[in-house]
Amino acid sequence: MVTTKNIWESLEKVSDPEIPVLSIVDLGIVRNVEIDKELCTVTITPTYSGCPAMHTIEQEILTTLSPIIKTEVKSTLSPAWTTDWMSENGKKKLREYGIAPPENEVDKSVLFAKPTVVPCPKCNSQDTKMISQFGSTACKAHYQCNQCLEPFDYFKCLR
Amino acid sequence: MNTKNQLYNYILEIADDSLILGQRLSEWCGHGPILEEDIALTNIALDFIGQANNLYEYAATLSENKITPDQLAFLRVDNDFKNALLVEQPNRDFAYTLARQFYFDAFRKLFFEKLIDSKDEQLSAIAEKSLKETKYHLKHSSEWIIRLGDGTEESHNRIQTAIDFLWKYTNELFEDNQAYTEILDLELGISVSALKSTWLEYVHSILTEATLTIPNSPFSQTGGRKGIHTEHLGYLLAEMQYMQRAFPNSTW
Ligand SMILES: [Zn+2]
Repeated sequence: MVTTKNIWESLEKVSDPEIPVLSIVDLGIVRNVEIDKELCTVTITPTYSGCPAMHTIEQEILTTLSPIIKTEVKSTLSPAWTTDWMSENGKKKLREYGIAPPENEVDKSVLFAKPTVVPCPKCNSQDTKMISQFGSTACKAHYQCNQCLEPFDYFKCLR
Repeated sequence: MNTKNQLYNYILEIADDSLILGQRLSEWCGHGPILEEDIALTNIALDFIGQANNLYEYAATLSENKITPDQLAFLRVDNDFKNALLVEQPNRDFAYTLARQFYFDAFRKLFFEKLIDSKDEQLSAIAEKSLKETKYHLKHSSEWIIRLGDGTEESHNRIQTAIDFLWKYTNELFEDNQAYTEILDLELGISVSALKSTWLEYVHSILTEATLTIPNSPFSQTGGRKGIHTEHLGYLLAEMQYMQRAFPNSTW
């Protein structure tokens, strides 16, 4: 008998194609798992409207779960995804991978606000600078460490 | 037009704004003035195309004919598009692109903030999702207006020219469409004319900080919402729709 707990455990093995170190559960994009008799419904939500990884993630979920149970994947937009849903474990994994996890950011309506202090994931220095608000994917900004000079991605706060 | 029909057209209007501006911005791919801006503009383009996709998907479910989101994007002709004239204006240079973006982002933020209250659940969800991204977009474009305006003589003059030139396309964003009276009555959609004063206030504050002169020409160009476009849209569609026109029903 497959339980929702089994399904959640299996989903821990499905990684985000753009940040392979994070599972879709760590990222907080799996919103719900339901089992109704023989059918499992997994509800996911995109990080950004144009997230190109959604189709791949859907396929990965189906591939992972289909040997266990008949599965359908649904997508929902509300409530809208926020980085607050990223698990502590996910943040830890991100840092170890070299991507700075989301920090509490100042209000975006403040222009030229002092950029959020993002500690360097390599040397842990607080002395870093923002290079660009937009990085290699929609969810990341580009930073550089003033101490060890390492350029790094910052998973920016979305609220 | 019945309510469902009105809602369908209303959604297309929002979707078309997003798609056309997304396509325009994506033209910067590989041409940005600096690498960071190349990435920024194309990231923003992706957000807009994502919004358009969400909206077309929803519109398709309301259509009486079996229509797909791809058909809405790639098989309609210019007169079928309901986007505002502002978003189809060509990129020209970085100043024009940012001036267009600034005017539109300032409008879009107010628009989505209100649309969240829509009694239509899916529209409200799309607005909630899109607003989060729009806040980033507006911060990006506002900061550039100030940087360019309060920058060198050259950058000041060029952004001023762009701000002045595009001004005539801004009023159209705030024209309530008589075709959607029912949508407004049922609180599914929102009145855009009610957003104008807040928009003006914001635009004035940024332009002032940027040491730019606020345009005051009363002349306004309109027609996009009725499908009457400037000559630029046709060229944009010719490029964007090329694959589906040349190879009908092709898929990735
Ligand atoms: Zn460092």
